[in-house]
Amino acid sequence: MQFFLNITLGGIATGMIVAAVALGLVLIFRATNIVNFAQGAMAMMTTYIAYAVLHQGSGYWLAFVAALATGLLFGALTQVVLIRPLQGKSPLNAIIVTFGFLIFLEGVAGAIWGSQTRTYPAPFSEAGQKIGNTQIAFSPFDVFVVLAVLALMILMLVLFRGTDLGLRMRAVAFAPETARLLGVRVRPLLTLGWALSAAAGVLAALLVVPTSSLTPNFMDVILIYGFTAAVVGGLDSPVGALVGGLATGLSLAYVGGYLGGSLEPMAALALVIVSLMIRPEGLFARPAPRRV
Amino acid sequence: MGELQKRAQGLAAKPWFRMPRQPMLRHLTYAAVAVVFLYFLTQKLSAFNDYEVGQIAFYAVALAGLTLLTGINGQISLGHGGFMAVGGFTLALLVEHTTWNVVPELAIAIATSALVGAVIGIPATRLRGPYLAGMTLMVALGLPYLTNQYNSFFGGDQGLTTPQPTGPASINPEQWLAWIQLACALIVLILLGNLLRSRFGRSFRAVRDDEIAASLAGIHVARTKVIAFMVSAGCAGLAGALLALSAGGVNSAEFPLSISIYLLAGMVIGGTGSLMGVWWGAILIVYLPTSWAPALASHFHVNSQVSANLAVIIFGLVLVVGMLVAPGGIQGALRWVAARVGAYFSPDGVPNMKLSLQEAPTDRAVHDGESVTQVGEPGVQVHPTND
Repeated sequence: MQFFLNITLGGIATGMIVAAVALGLVLIFRATNIVNFAQGAMAMMTTYIAYAVLHQGSGYWLAFVAALATGLLFGALTQVVLIRPLQGKSPLNAIIVTFGFLIFLEGVAGAIWGSQTRTYPAPFSEAGQKIGNTQIAFSPFDVFVVLAVLALMILMLVLFRGTDLGLRMRAVAFAPETARLLGVRVRPLLTLGWALSAAAGVLAALLVVPTSSLTPNFMDVILIYGFTAAVVGGLDSPVGALVGGLATGLSLAYVGGYLGGSLEPMAALALVIVSLMIRPEGLFARPAPRRV
Repeated sequence: MGELQKRAQGLAAKPWFRMPRQPMLRHLTYAAVAVVFLYFLTQKLSAFNDYEVGQIAFYAVALAGLTLLTGINGQISLGHGGFMAVGGFTLALLVEHTTWNVVPELAIAIATSALVGAVIGIPATRLRGPYLAGMTLMVALGLPYLTNQYNSFFGGDQGLTTPQPTGPASINPEQWLAWIQLACALIVLILLGNLLRSRFGRSFRAVRDDEIAASLAGIHVARTKVIAFMVSAGCAGLAGALLALSAGGVNSAEFPLSISIYLLAGMVIGGTGSLMGVWWGAILIVYLPTSWAPALASHFHVNSQVSANLAVIIFGLVLVVGMLVAPGGIQGALRWVAARVGAYFSPDGVPNMKLSLQEAPTDRAVHDGESVTQVGEPGVQVHPTND
């Protein structure tokens, strides 16, 4: 029972991180019909920069803010340089370009920092807590993970539901041509969307890196879990990203806990297959009619 | 009748040689020329070069499958290395547990990876979009973990050994293996060339260009996509089995994610959708990581950390820059040059349209996505509301 409880708590923490990755994917997919396979690698680069800032002698929080800011900038730059020229072309081109960018970044990171693993500190203790007489595997850092992702979600919610800017971004995602006719400047808003998405990815990377370790490909597996969560929740639903993230995190935790950790990536694939078989549009996606 | 034909023949200037019009005959002619050329090539080469020629051959097989999937059918796989692993491990397991000939072993490797392809392909066809891309990436990333989990079955870190097939005593084993691999490559290319000129090939293209129009024309869209994916995965499985024969064994490190990346880059550089272009891509895959990148690194005196990652960086650049600047790849550029040269020599100064028209649609999916996406996208609709 205690084992089950600990696995569940671990699954919730992982699920929140996965949800942040999924949110990043969803933000871009809603607006441009592109899945950004480079998102994990972009976050990895930014995390190396945070690592460098940290080893300049700055504190954890300065590095944290620097990483998020670099992430925003990096996302915007990527959209302007790589993605904008692809507008109006086949989605296949975008997939190949983002995937190529993933490889390129991992190669560059390997060339600069090498492939050895580095440890990245956590801001709070990672040790489990004692409640009464039972030891539970939920550390103060896990609490921070859950709160940080919840804060991200609430910020996004406020931005998209409560502000004028968010309304315009939703309009651009929903019907870019109509939005343009109504006087919305589409291109800068798409760039902003990429910036926000990259920042969500960076947050996920910063939350996962203390428990894994910093290598050029440490985000690969997290990215495919995020993809799983996004597919389960529906690729264009932010709420779906949260629910899908938790569902994915919990399922993987049970598979890892009871069957073996090496099975987790394949379990994620099985989850995608099953969810596409049962509910192809995802749990929360709006049905997309195809127009001729 | 005979009279008419004679007059028609008299009217048309007779070229000294004309390729047969029947696709099968034409492809067999190409193959016969290739067999003669490759026979003399492998006679001249050392054992190590034979090994490299064999590598080029099996990468050409994998690339042919991938280019059919992406260029002709408009789907994409980011994890074809995963299907190569399925083929490689299947062959190795058969070698371990049976005493069969290499031919049925290769056939079963093809069938197994095609079957795995169906498991991935069927759910992915239920929706348009990047599902197949993501799921294939998961296969490529997840398979090594799977072999680790069941390492008593898959041989653990050492993996499984696959002894080279032995031929007649007069032929050295490297050459014999290279011939087997080249024969597989030629057979696959002939078969795929015919497939593309058949009813299936036309359905593949129709589905790529417009799924709704294709289904209105009576094509079963989902089935067509799954068939294309199974053919493609089968090719990758064959390539993986041939790789296993070359390497003398398989383990999970033999099929890293980088193989999938190499394949995508090889497809882009060769020319997406071009079966001839696969040779360019295969040459790049074999020589860039092992000879060209190290040569470049030592020329510029970069440190070992950079040189270890140089090939991957170049492949990433090829994918990004190639897609943005030259989506037609080498074969597209050659075709462009051939059309211009033809125009220079032809009396009316017009580029040879037959040449470009025949091949143009093949590149369409990757060049100008208009035909693929715009139709279904909600954004293209422009009608302001009236209320």
